[in-house]
Amino acid sequence: MATLTKVLKPILGSQLGNTAKVFGAAVNSQRGKPTYTGRTIPPPAKYGGRHTVALIPGDGIGPELLNHVRELFRFCCVPVDFEVVHVNSASTREDDINNAIMAIRRNGVALKGNIETNHTMPPNHKSRNNLLRTSLDLYANMMHCQSLPGVHTRHKNIDIIIIRENTEGEYSSLEHESVSGVVESLKIITRNNSLRIADYAFRLARDKGRRRVTAVHKANIMKLGDGLFLQCCKEVASGYPDIEFDSMIVDNTTMQLVSKPHQFDVMLMPNLYGNVVSNVCAGLVGGPGLVPGANYGRDYAVFETATRNTGKSIANRNIANPTAMLLASCLMLDHLKLHDYANMIRGAILTTMNETRLHTVDIGGQGTTSEVVQSIMRIIQSSGPLTTEI
Amino acid sequence: YTILFWGNKVVHKDQFYLSERQVFGRIQTVTLIPGDGIGPEISTAVMKIFEAAKAPIQWEERNVTAIKGPGGRWMIPPEAKESMNKNKIGLKGPLKTPIAAGHPSMNLLLRKTFDLYANVRPCVSIEGYKTPYTDVDLVTIRENTEGEYSGIEHLIVDGVVQSIKLITEDASRRIAEYAFEYARNNQRTSVTAVHKANIMRMSDGLFLRKCREVAENFKDVKFTEMYLDTVCLNMVQDPSHFDVLVMPNLYGDILSDLCAGLIGGLGVTPSGNIGANGVAIFESVHGTAPDIAGKDLANPTALLLSAVMMLRHMGLHGHAKKIETACFDTIRDEKVLTKDLGGNAKCSEFTADICRRVQDMD
Repeated sequence: MATLTKVLKPILGSQLGNTAKVFGAAVNSQRGKPTYTGRTIPPPAKYGGRHTVALIPGDGIGPELLNHVRELFRFCCVPVDFEVVHVNSASTREDDINNAIMAIRRNGVALKGNIETNHTMPPNHKSRNNLLRTSLDLYANMMHCQSLPGVHTRHKNIDIIIIRENTEGEYSSLEHESVSGVVESLKIITRNNSLRIADYAFRLARDKGRRRVTAVHKANIMKLGDGLFLQCCKEVASGYPDIEFDSMIVDNTTMQLVSKPHQFDVMLMPNLYGNVVSNVCAGLVGGPGLVPGANYGRDYAVFETATRNTGKSIANRNIANPTAMLLASCLMLDHLKLHDYANMIRGAILTTMNETRLHTVDIGGQGTTSEVVQSIMRIIQSSGPLTTEI
Repeated sequence: YTILFWGNKVVHKDQFYLSERQVFGRIQTVTLIPGDGIGPEISTAVMKIFEAAKAPIQWEERNVTAIKGPGGRWMIPPEAKESMNKNKIGLKGPLKTPIAAGHPSMNLLLRKTFDLYANVRPCVSIEGYKTPYTDVDLVTIRENTEGEYSGIEHLIVDGVVQSIKLITEDASRRIAEYAFEYARNNQRTSVTAVHKANIMRMSDGLFLRKCREVAENFKDVKFTEMYLDTVCLNMVQDPSHFDVLVMPNLYGDILSDLCAGLIGGLGVTPSGNIGANGVAIFESVHGTAPDIAGKDLANPTALLLSAVMMLRHMGLHGHAKKIETACFDTIRDEKVLTKDLGGNAKCSEFTADICRRVQDMD
């Protein structure tokens, strides 16, 4: 059944991209699984019982936080080895990011910090993070915003899952200056990608026992674009009668989020609105240092902090909040099916946050990054499993 | 004259001639568009309060139902257009957007007719109307003509849609100039441009470049740039960091509604639209609320605060302060509040209370 791809590939060469996967819906990839099922991909092969994960330190607070992750993993004897790939954000050549993408293809899973984008560079210098997401076709960005009882916020008990289309929409980077002084930027919405992300959202809602999916759009103004997105969501919703589906316009959504956030359950949206809504929700639960994010594709998964901040102003001062990166590494462990380790580390992090209340500066405490990590290690050691010395 | 001219008022360089009309005591005519639904009741409330405050304003009521002009193009009635062009200042209530009536939304029509390029929304926390955010004091200035709302969309092939976001040099420069002048004339310390130039390098890059160029001419106002996601993140955690925000159309739509949500919703948020040739239309941005229309239950605060904004625009700061203080005092007292503010008074009672306070101040 793989013949269709094999026939088309030499003819159409590298332009094939996603179309082969779409045409050949029955075409099997090497692992014999249906097309857009970002969540049921089997974990990458282990060698000697140990997984290898690509690690991209990025800029700002990325390197120091990922060092803490490695330290913690070494301490807990987690069977994960890291292949570190550095990406120089100042370089104009795309070699670094291509190496990183190759490493992720090799390993299947990655943990990354945010790579800085200098927006004064000319338009042909694309955002490295965006290049990574589109080349690996990481179509779903999933962010679970949960209020932590130990962190003081204006709204309590928030529990929202945000699913954001990660590859197209306003982030297509297709711009041109048709006449001097007039710039056009294209926002692309396709049926296939919208169906794919909607299917992902509903399947996730069902797996996690969620009751309602809300699609966020601006179809009253962008009738064709967001209209297509909304239509695809409605089509997919009809296949999941046990889950309620409704839609809301993005400006009303942000207004409701700051006044009545408890009405939302699972939210589904295209790329740019996803950016806005996920940052608003991260702010509601306590800030960028607390929420982890995951990017899932058909064959790859990349984990990072949800709000993708470089944190240049707090880099190397030992004041960054490691929670988001550590929780992202727990999501990665869950993805690798190392649930015991994931739960152990997550439990220790939540105990530090909620019971010990050792908070960093961004959530109103006085602790340093290393103090928080030490506290987590102490809790893990005291709860029993075999660890190295602190 | 010079002192009156550069005093506390919003003056765009197209509006220089207005200064001659700002002679104290002279009555100015303002076009009033009551609107639909609760529009007429709240307009009446505002007129009553202005009378009680003895504001030198004369109202000229006009209707703006769309009519089909020669050539088949929809337009607003010529009397309304004439009146606005003569008076230059307008106050508008909520307009119904009919579905399947064949004509575009009235707001869109007004925007195109008068080239209303800037939408200004000052968001100030109202004491007495409790929200989780108590220290909001910012202004969002949104480019209102182009950007993502250009309406240019194409179906490329079946299943692929492209929507075009248009950014032009002229529009960006115009909105940046307005933002800085507003900041200067209203004693605001900083202007922040909100963008996503890391992803939309050319379009938002052009917008930013124009903002930077205009900032060179306004050295007394601090200029910063911030990514849209960072603004959203920080706004929800600590809105007191922000002062004046200037941005293209879509970000402006989302952020201005976000800020309205911070202070209590569209029922208490004022809004003004500034156009070319000195035209300015102030409006309430909430809906027509057909379910409570005619029952004397509506809350006139949004329209009243927009009218206060209008007075400030016209230079009548004394009256503006009087009416605004009376309104805030009534809300703070919490004795006579309409249903949406948490009380159970009627619109007329709320209005009467404000009138009483205004008269007591004299």
